[in-house]
Amino acid sequence: MSRRESNRQVVDSRWIPAIVVSIALVSWEGSARLGALPGFLFSSPTIVISTLVQSLASGEMFRHIAATLLRVIPGLLLGAIPGFALGIGMGLSPQLRRGLDPLLAAVHPIPKIAILPLVMIFLGVGEASRIAVASVAAFFPMLINTMAGIRQIDPIYFQVAENYGASRLKLLTRVVLPGSLPLVLSGLRLAANVTLLVTISAEIVMADVGLGSFVWLAWETLRVELLYATLIVISTLGITLTASLRFLQSALAPWEVAEPRR
Amino acid sequence: MSGTPPATAGTQGALVCEAVSHKYDKDDGELAALADVDLQVQPGEFVSIVGPSGCGKTTLLKIIAGLMTPSSGNVSFPGHAQDDPPRNGLVFQEHGVFPWMTVLDNVAFGLEMRQVPRVERQQRAAEFIERVGLQEFGSSYPHQLSVGMRQRVGIARAFVADVPILLMDEPFGSLDAQTKIVLQEELLRLWSHDRKLVVYVTHDIEEAVRLGDRVLVMSGRPGRIREDITVPFERPRQLGRGDPAVSELVWHIWDLLRDDVRSGLSLRD
Ligand SMILES: Nc1ncnc2c1ncn2[C@@H]1O[C@H](COP(=O)(O)OP(=O)(O)OP(=O)(O)O)[C@@H](O)[C@H]1O
Ligand SMILES: [Mg+2]
Repeated sequence: MSRRESNRQVVDSRWIPAIVVSIALVSWEGSARLGALPGFLFSSPTIVISTLVQSLASGEMFRHIAATLLRVIPGLLLGAIPGFALGIGMGLSPQLRRGLDPLLAAVHPIPKIAILPLVMIFLGVGEASRIAVASVAAFFPMLINTMAGIRQIDPIYFQVAENYGASRLKLLTRVVLPGSLPLVLSGLRLAANVTLLVTISAEIVMADVGLGSFVWLAWETLRVELLYATLIVISTLGITLTASLRFLQSALAPWEVAEPRR
Repeated sequence: MSGTPPATAGTQGALVCEAVSHKYDKDDGELAALADVDLQVQPGEFVSIVGPSGCGKTTLLKIIAGLMTPSSGNVSFPGHAQDDPPRNGLVFQEHGVFPWMTVLDNVAFGLEMRQVPRVERQQRAAEFIERVGLQEFGSSYPHQLSVGMRQRVGIARAFVADVPILLMDEPFGSLDAQTKIVLQEELLRLWSHDRKLVVYVTHDIEEAVRLGDRVLVMSGRPGRIREDITVPFERPRQLGRGDPAVSELVWHIWDLLRDDVRSGLSLRD
C-alpha cells in the first residue's frame, strides 16, 4: 500500500475479470441460441440460471446444501481440532515430531477419498463414514500448518519470554498461539477446502442427498442445465467458505500485514 | 546458569564472571565464541563493552542473562544463590518486539509476566512509552513502526520491568544521531535515578565512553577482555561534542581494536 498508491491502472485491471466473464457468457448464450453448440452438452446461461432459481425456490437445492454442510462442518471440526492439538504437540516437542514424522509422511500423501472403502468397512455405509473421511481430510492440513506455524516462530521470542520469567502457560498463550496463529488459520482454510472436496466426492460415491449426489443425479438423468446449476452452487459454497475464513484471519491476526492477495 | 558451586569467598561485586568460555556447535566442528572472560561489575555500576563484530558480545550477554549456559566457567551474583539469580532485563540487539502485540502490550510484557494487574501495568507502560517518544503509537502494531521506533519499544519494555540488572545489546544501534543523543541522556537520567547495574554493549566507542563508568575492550574471536579502562569523567557529565578528553580516550580504544577489526575483515574475503 505504502509505496504505490492505487493508480488508474490498478483500478482498471480490477474490471478485467468481469469483462472477460461477461464476454464469455454473452458468447456462450449467443452460440447456444444460434444452435452452434450442442444443447445437451452446453445448455445455455439463461436456462442454467432459471434451473438454478427453480431448484432454489422449490427448496430442493437447499435440502442438498444443508445435507452437505451437515457433513462438512462436523467433519471439519472433528478433523481440525485434533489436528491443531497434535500440531501444537509436534511443533513444541522434537521427540514427538521425530516419532510421528514417518507416519505422517506415509499417510499424508494418500488422497483421502481413497480411504473411504476402508472407513466403510469399520463404520458401515452411512453418515458416519462420510463424516469420518471428511475429518481425516481436514486433519492433515491443520496438523501440518500448526506444526509449521510454531516452528517458524523466531527463537528470539522464546528468549524474550524466558528473560521476563514467563510461565509455561504464558509462553503458550502469549508466544506460541499468537505466533503460529496466521499459519494455523491458513491451515484451517486449506482444511475447509479439502473437506468440501472430499465430502462431495464421498457423496458422489454413496449418498442419496447432498450436492455431490445431486450432481450425480443430474448426470444420470442427463440434465445438463441442473449439472451446471449445482456446480455453481458448489463453487459459491467453496468461495464463501474461503472468504469467511479469510475474514476471520484478518480479524484475529491484525498484525499480519495484509499479505499480497492474489 | 551452570551447576558449579557459589562464587568463592572474597570475590566482590554484584555480577561476577569467572573464566566464562563458550563454544558453538557447528556442522564442521566447534566455533569458539568466548574464551576465559573474567569480569566483575559493582552494584550500581554502568559498564560498557566494545569489541569487533562477532567477538561474542551478544553471547556473553545471553550467558549473563541466564538464557544460555556457558561451555565452561561460571556466572554468579554474590548475595544470591546460584539457582536463584536476580531478575534481569535484556534489550535484544534484534529488538525481539512481539509482532502480535501492540506497542502498549509489548512494553507491559514484563509486568504482565509478574502478574501486575492490567490497569496498573498499562499505566506504567504508558509512562515509559511517552519517555521514548511513542505516545501516539501505543495501540500500533510493530509492523507499523520504523526500525528505530521498534528499538525504542524494546528499550521501554526493559525499563518498565524495573529489574535490578539491565543488559543492553547495542540498544541504540539503528537510531538516528539525534534520537540517539536524546535517549542516551534519558538512559543516564533513569540510571542516575535508581542506579541499576548496567552492562551496555555497543560498537560506538564514543558512546561507550560517554555512558560508562568503565569500558571493557574485547579482542576478536574468541572474545576475551583485553583491557579494562576506567572512564575518569565526573558525573553528571557535561561532555560537549568533540570534547578533547573524550576523543583522546576514544582514540586509545580504537588503537586497541584496530588490528582485530582489520584481521576480522580480511579473514572474511
Ligand atoms: N546460535 C549460534 N550458533 C552458532 N554460532 C553462533 C550462534 N550465535 C553466534 N554464533 C557465532 O558466535 C560468534 C559470536 O557471536 P555474537 O553474536 O556473540 O557476536 P557479537 O560480538 O555480538 O557480534 P556483533 O557485534 O556483530 O553483534 C560469531 O562468530 C557467530 O557467528
Ligand atoms: Mg551482537
